[in-house]
Amino acid sequence: MRFLSSRRRHPAAKVALLLFALFVLGGLYNVVAPAERVSADNGYSQQQVDEGRKLFAVGCASCHGLNGEGQTTETIQGPSLIGVGAAAVDFQVSTGRMPMSRPGEQAPVKPNRYSDEEIAALAAYVASLGPGPAIPTETEYNPENLSEEDLARGGELFRTNCSACHNFQGAGGALPDGRYAPSLIGLDSKRLYLAMLTGPQQMPVFSDEVLTPEDKRVIIGYLNELHERPQDGGLALGGIGPVSEGLWAWIVGMGLLVLFAVWITAKGAKAK
Amino acid sequence: MPEPAVTVPESSSVEAQVPKKQAGPVFRIARGPVRWADERLGVAALVRPYFRKVFPDHWSFLLGEIALYSFIVLLLSGVFLCIWFKPSMAEVEYEGSYQLLHGLPMSEAFASTLALSFDIRGGLLLRQMHHWAAMLFVAAMLAHSLRIFFTGAFRKPREINWLLGVGLLALGIFEGFFGYSLPDDLLSGTGMRFFDGAVRATPVIGTWVEFFVFAGQFPGDLIIPRLYFLHILLIPALILALVAAHLALVFYHKHTQFPGPGRTEDSVVGYPVFPVYAAKAGGFFFIVFGVLTLMGALMQINPVWVVGPYNPAQVSAGSQPDWYMGFAEGAIRIMPGPGWEWHIGSTTWSWNVFIPLALPMTLLFVGMALYPFIEQWVTGDRSEHHLLDRPRNNPTRTGLGVAAMTWYAVLWAGGGNDLIATQFDVSLNAVTWVLRVAVFVAPVVAFLITKRVCIGLQRSDHDRLLHGAETGVIERDPSGRYSERHRPISVGEQYALTQQSEEYALLPAGDGDGEYRDRQLRLEQLRRRATRFYFVDTLHKPTRAELEEAAAHHHHGAGHEIGAGHGDGHGNGHGEDGAVIAGTESEHLAP
Amino acid sequence: MSEEDRDTGASPLLASHDHHGPELTDHDPAHYPVPDPGHPEHLPRLTDVDPKAADRATRQVAFFFGMVPLFAIGFAVVYFAVPGDWFFDFGPLRANARNLGLGVTFGLSLLFIGIGAVQWARTLMSDEEMVDLRHGATSKPEDQQWMLTELDKTVEESKLTRRKIIGRTLLAALGFVFVPMLVGLADLGPWPTKKKRAETIEKTLWAEGVRLVNDVTFAPIKADDIEIGQLVNGEPENLQDLHGAEFQIEKAKAAIVVVRMDPNTIQIPASREDWQVGGILCYSKICTHVGCPISLWEQQTHHLLCPCHQSTFDLGNSGVVIFGPAARSLPQLPITTDAEGYLVARSDFTVPVGPSYFERDSRQDFEEGDN
Repeated sequence: MRFLSSRRRHPAAKVALLLFALFVLGGLYNVVAPAERVSADNGYSQQQVDEGRKLFAVGCASCHGLNGEGQTTETIQGPSLIGVGAAAVDFQVSTGRMPMSRPGEQAPVKPNRYSDEEIAALAAYVASLGPGPAIPTETEYNPENLSEEDLARGGELFRTNCSACHNFQGAGGALPDGRYAPSLIGLDSKRLYLAMLTGPQQMPVFSDEVLTPEDKRVIIGYLNELHERPQDGGLALGGIGPVSEGLWAWIVGMGLLVLFAVWITAKGAKAK
Repeated sequence: MPEPAVTVPESSSVEAQVPKKQAGPVFRIARGPVRWADERLGVAALVRPYFRKVFPDHWSFLLGEIALYSFIVLLLSGVFLCIWFKPSMAEVEYEGSYQLLHGLPMSEAFASTLALSFDIRGGLLLRQMHHWAAMLFVAAMLAHSLRIFFTGAFRKPREINWLLGVGLLALGIFEGFFGYSLPDDLLSGTGMRFFDGAVRATPVIGTWVEFFVFAGQFPGDLIIPRLYFLHILLIPALILALVAAHLALVFYHKHTQFPGPGRTEDSVVGYPVFPVYAAKAGGFFFIVFGVLTLMGALMQINPVWVVGPYNPAQVSAGSQPDWYMGFAEGAIRIMPGPGWEWHIGSTTWSWNVFIPLALPMTLLFVGMALYPFIEQWVTGDRSEHHLLDRPRNNPTRTGLGVAAMTWYAVLWAGGGNDLIATQFDVSLNAVTWVLRVAVFVAPVVAFLITKRVCIGLQRSDHDRLLHGAETGVIERDPSGRYSERHRPISVGEQYALTQQSEEYALLPAGDGDGEYRDRQLRLEQLRRRATRFYFVDTLHKPTRAELEEAAAHHHHGAGHEIGAGHGDGHGNGHGEDGAVIAGTESEHLAP
Repeated sequence: MSEEDRDTGASPLLASHDHHGPELTDHDPAHYPVPDPGHPEHLPRLTDVDPKAADRATRQVAFFFGMVPLFAIGFAVVYFAVPGDWFFDFGPLRANARNLGLGVTFGLSLLFIGIGAVQWARTLMSDEEMVDLRHGATSKPEDQQWMLTELDKTVEESKLTRRKIIGRTLLAALGFVFVPMLVGLADLGPWPTKKKRAETIEKTLWAEGVRLVNDVTFAPIKADDIEIGQLVNGEPENLQDLHGAEFQIEKAKAAIVVVRMDPNTIQIPASREDWQVGGILCYSKICTHVGCPISLWEQQTHHLLCPCHQSTFDLGNSGVVIFGPAARSLPQLPITTDAEGYLVARSDFTVPVGPSYFERDSRQDFEEGDN
């Protein structure tokens, strides 16, 4: 201590003290201030958020605005992404829907060009814009170990909430003005969960408070069982119901029988 | 009643006929039982006129058989299904083997259908066979009736048979609709809901019919049992009765036949019932049965377990009725919106529902039923017709038929407008708008195109008759002109191409036409205008003189210059304008 | 071809003019420019002239018939030996093995009988065409004459023409005897009188204070749990007390959809300000066209599309029809929240749900531009 106090009138003392105070204050603040976390659930790091911001500026900002605030002009319709949450980003980007290659009624599924890390980064950034649905954990969406009653309940929930747009097989359906509800056949569980949770584009939202995670899980379980199971009756003919059945009745049924009729009444080769 | 048929003189063949004096083995065995039956029933006399009845052979004559055999398959498979199906709407909890519906409440009808599909061996096969057979039954009836229409087989004396056929078509459509509604699944239940709402919206009697049909509010618990008795008792009985009458008339009138050498209005040329026709027709029955069974094995239809039990708060995208109801479904979808309702006093007249419900079916069945009589009134033709028309020889009738098919097809497409939108990636609303316009425009366009195509085909027939068939061999004469060599066609073909009966366009009735009173005169003028609509553009057969002249011309000449007109030295044109032909045919047009 | 062989049927028209009915064949050269060359010569088939070909055809037919017992027995084997949970997986065909096996064996057994029979007829049976002569459809003039005179006689003998009152009263009797049969059908269903309609199709389970619950799970719905853009398929809570036919009937009227939209993006008329809770609106799920349930909702356009006939309703504008054949706007259920924040109904629907009907003037239903 005598070392420091004997030099208290040193010209550098003031500077040293100022620097020391700054360090102390800064360190204290670091300890006390809340960690720079984007979402308490997902635990995204600041690095991911920054990475995401860069990717966003390149691939998304032209429609959604530099800060995800959205814009609607005559040619561009990019809704605001504030509050859509990491789950929405994961769904839209991993299915290739976003970025849309050109404006249209609906964003179709296309090959995804982002790696998993990039998607996570984008999700981190968008989640930082405002609180929104988080990406579910595997226990939430994995439909293993469901009982028969659970699966049956999943079917009832599917037919009450989903088949009106997606059809009883999940084969998809038409919406007005060229939009459509896509086919659900062969889709993985996480994707189904994300879609229900975030309500992409025209699809309504099915929040966890109303359609609980357990409800979503049994729906996914039902769909998985349904699509894995072979078609009991034979070729499914598209799974779109009486229209295709009628078409095939004419083509195969009448077609084959008319061919037989032609054979039956044909005169055949003559000996001369 | 014909005597035993006359056989055509035959050339020698290796397979000798059974020598007349020696009784064959079958005869020896059958002789006893046949005599026993005859001594009680007189079968020999009954059977004699029909035993060697002759049936002409053409593939299009087998379409009606497809319908008949499908119906038999429906009866047989239906009996099997009846043994297990429970026509009850009482609520039960599902305890069967399809795990994805385990424990859910459903009607007994649905539960028994699931039992048939999963727990009764062969049940799913029979269910699917039954449904495919129903689809094919109506399809074959429609194809058959188109064949009858386009070949004019509905003309005298077969008008009653045509009416029986229209009745069978209507009954078949409703039978199928009731049948697929029996399992009480989500898809057919939605159709029942549609039926309920459409009935309710009917002006004046709607709520009464609704409450009477459903015994109260929808869905109630009586509609399935009521549909059941209609489906297994009442309508099949009516169909059987009409089919019996239909076949009896075919036997009595004998089958029609296409024109050809050796065939006249007085004869039927073909194979006898025993043994050839029985083998072919019987064989075809097994073929139809076999194809339907294979379809039931390989192609899934109406998977009710995926669709789920009926729940009035559930629905599937892409809900359509079976194909034969598609045209009514399309009519109701393309009605313009917001819907058209009249409000008179305290009542509502829901035309947006009633018109598509009533109009297309009424137009179709009444139009079909009336057509033979309309055509007979127009032509004034009271003679019997047993030779078929080639469609090209009656261009207006063929055009009207194609126009009707087009109208039906546009409505049918309308029934699947949402599937068209998803499969072809177009806007649902755009599809609906296009169909709203097409239902009026497309039939007219189709009529015009078809009529011209027929007339074009008539012209090519005419060319064949007068100039022979084109050989594709090009010749050059010394002066440098190119021409195509023609080969004269056989007398048989000439005969076949000139056998059709002809109708003529008539000029308006004038003073010299006989006594017509005022109203009669108006009707007659209308009729004559109709004949002009029908026949003014039709080409007429060349006369014998024209044919002989053309044959002589070809004998002397070296062929025909390509592109040379037909008018040089061939008489009075070839029916360029059928209404104004001078010469032999003018007396038909004289006022 | 003697007269005795014939019954009262046709006689050959070509042989004599002793025929009944109009002459069917017209031999006028103006109508038939080419005379009938007669039946073409019969040409033998290969199987008619070549014994080896005939033997081959015989073997073919015998093969087809002979395979049938194999398939039939195969059917029995599959029936008893193949369990119901086996699946056949090959290419696009992934199907239940037993169904497939039963159908293929049975189908082929039937098909082969047919093919065999047809091949027999085509290749081996005599293919000489035969000619049958037609008769006109009408009866002989003598028969027609006989029938008419006999008819006259029967009417004479019945004394009907002289005692006309018998005929008239008979007609009246036959006309009226059907009345009991028709009257007997009057109990086919309840009569939809005004009172009955008010109890049935004009009334649903909804009433003041009835909670909105999720369909299937019957869990009550808190207003705060619903996000903007969310759709909930709902029912009244008292529906779960019912069973069987009653359950279905009431469900078919009371089913609802609950949607939440941003209040700034929708039009809420003054008369319906208190029918909604912070942008949460409740509509009937039953289409006003012919009654299908609707839940195809587009969260951005706020349009609700019915999958049956594509009637489209704008839920952001009191459910008015914007496309398709429906004529009336979708009924809206007035809702509010209870003390715990759960959604409850304020009353029943103010108009009947479902399709229009004759007896009710629907002019007063909400229309575009109403307030």
